[in-house]
Amino acid sequence: MNDELRELYQQIILDHNRSPRNFGDLPGATHSAEGYNPLCGDHYFVRAHVSEEGIIEKVFFEGSGCAISKASASLMTSAVKGKTLAEAKRIFEEFHGMVTGRREGEEEILGKLTVFSGVREFPVRVKCAALPWHTLVAALERKQEPVTTE
Amino acid sequence: MTSRPAEVMPFDVGRLRRDFPILTRRVRGRPLVYLDNAATTQKPRCVIEAVADFYTRSNANIHRGIHALSEEATARYEETRRLAARFLNASSPKEIVFTKGTTEAINLVAASYARPRLKSGDEILITHLEHHANIVPWQMVCQATGARLRVAPIDDTGAVILEEFEALLSERTAVVALAHQSNALGTVNPVARMCRLVRENSPAVVLVDGAQAVAHRKVDLKEIDCDFYAFSGHKLFGPTGVGVLYGRYEILKMMEPYQGGGDMIRAVTFERTLYKDPPERFEAGTPPVASVIGLGRAFEYLSGLDRMALSEYEDELLEYGTDRLREIDGLRMIGTAKRKSSVISFVIDGVHPHDLGTILDVEGIAVRAGHHCAQPVMERFGVPATVRASLAFYNTRHELDRLVEALDAAKEMF
Ligand SMILES: Cc1ncc(COP(=O)(O)O)c(C=O)c1O
Repeated sequence: MNDELRELYQQIILDHNRSPRNFGDLPGATHSAEGYNPLCGDHYFVRAHVSEEGIIEKVFFEGSGCAISKASASLMTSAVKGKTLAEAKRIFEEFHGMVTGRREGEEEILGKLTVFSGVREFPVRVKCAALPWHTLVAALERKQEPVTTE
Repeated sequence: MTSRPAEVMPFDVGRLRRDFPILTRRVRGRPLVYLDNAATTQKPRCVIEAVADFYTRSNANIHRGIHALSEEATARYEETRRLAARFLNASSPKEIVFTKGTTEAINLVAASYARPRLKSGDEILITHLEHHANIVPWQMVCQATGARLRVAPIDDTGAVILEEFEALLSERTAVVALAHQSNALGTVNPVARMCRLVRENSPAVVLVDGAQAVAHRKVDLKEIDCDFYAFSGHKLFGPTGVGVLYGRYEILKMMEPYQGGGDMIRAVTFERTLYKDPPERFEAGTPPVASVIGLGRAFEYLSGLDRMALSEYEDELLEYGTDRLREIDGLRMIGTAKRKSSVISFVIDGVHPHDLGTILDVEGIAVRAGHHCAQPVMERFGVPATVRASLAFYNTRHELDRLVEALDAAKEMF
């Protein structure tokens, strides 16, 4: 198997694809949004519970898509737990910089999310990795329109 | 059936491959395996050279100059029209309109034939396996005129159910639009038979979307007997930016222009404009002259080949690829119609088509992973997307073996 591919599909990603965490409905969610990638049909709902103090207490996701988008959603739900909206956006910024190759990707900010660094070798897959994040931000900012990656 | 031209060489895929310079390319360090022919086909050297030669030696605008270059350009442009008529077995080159592709050809018929004529109570009939290009323009006509869109269903193999198709035809049907071959499933519609059903059961005109069919078998419009036939040059080994709309002359003659501008008029004053006759009436503005000339070269290239032998070879290849892929555990074929051609669409349990597309790409194998601009088809089969390997006569068994190997490796990883 080719090295770039091994970098892209790291074990953690394959594992989260097979058994995604925080997958399913989140009854009583305070925020939710829908995200869709018309190119490949990836389609997710992201739901969050945010406390009155503005802390993201829980994020769940539902839907279907490729391994990259599903693992990204799954790892995202853990990464933003306990964070504020501003902190979540900061993580996404760093994440986006890493998958597009504009930034190295600070391990301190990203933690486990650095497993997505291989995406930068596959520009057409950046949207897959970013879709759950765009959807989360839309949910937190209470956007009404479904998010698309176009 | 047409007889085989006597002067052509026996079928030899190795020799044919040498006509297509791109096929020797390496992609990501591996020899390219190009299995995305339904999206666009590769170009033989003679087509590439015809385009380059036009710009190098003959470039000029057409129908305008009185100088030698313009005359030369016009003659070569019009030569393609004659070749197109012969390619389709149309009655006359006057029935050939150049467009920028299948999409524009269908939109032209929708705008210039259907829109001015249809009204509330009329119906447009399409099938469930159409490309978005043969759905959306008709929806737009319906929205503008109050006509109603009807859809003939397909069965679990992806074949149109002919009894249902027939039952949907009536005095109300004004337009029938159907694919000659499905791009997502490979199903080949029995278009001659369907055109006959339309004539027997309704007053409708029939448009056949030939985008996927022309590269794979000989098309004979005398046999099909449709009113319009549309295809794109780039899916027929020709350049992008040019397509062909065939229209029965009596019908073209009564249609309004599609766009207004230069080249399509006889005389203009600010009070009134006289339009030219078809086909010029529908070719406003400067067309993609070089692409049209390149397409002409593609017609000539194909007419020098034994097209029956090409179709037989492709069918064998399709059968071989289908059998090999079926050996893969957890693979489900999408589209198993008895009459199908050149397309293998499939999904694999537990591996998303998009991931398969990336894994194949790394192996130098180009396929399409997605909904193939046919979302209703995807919905019918309950999948968000498929992987589609689509063939041309320059593909080989060895390339399909490489596809199978790469899919096996992908399965192992997931
Ligand atoms: C069946 C069918 N119809 C129409 C089209 C549209 O062709 P174009 O994009 O060249 O206009 C395609 C292209 O994919 C097709 O496969």
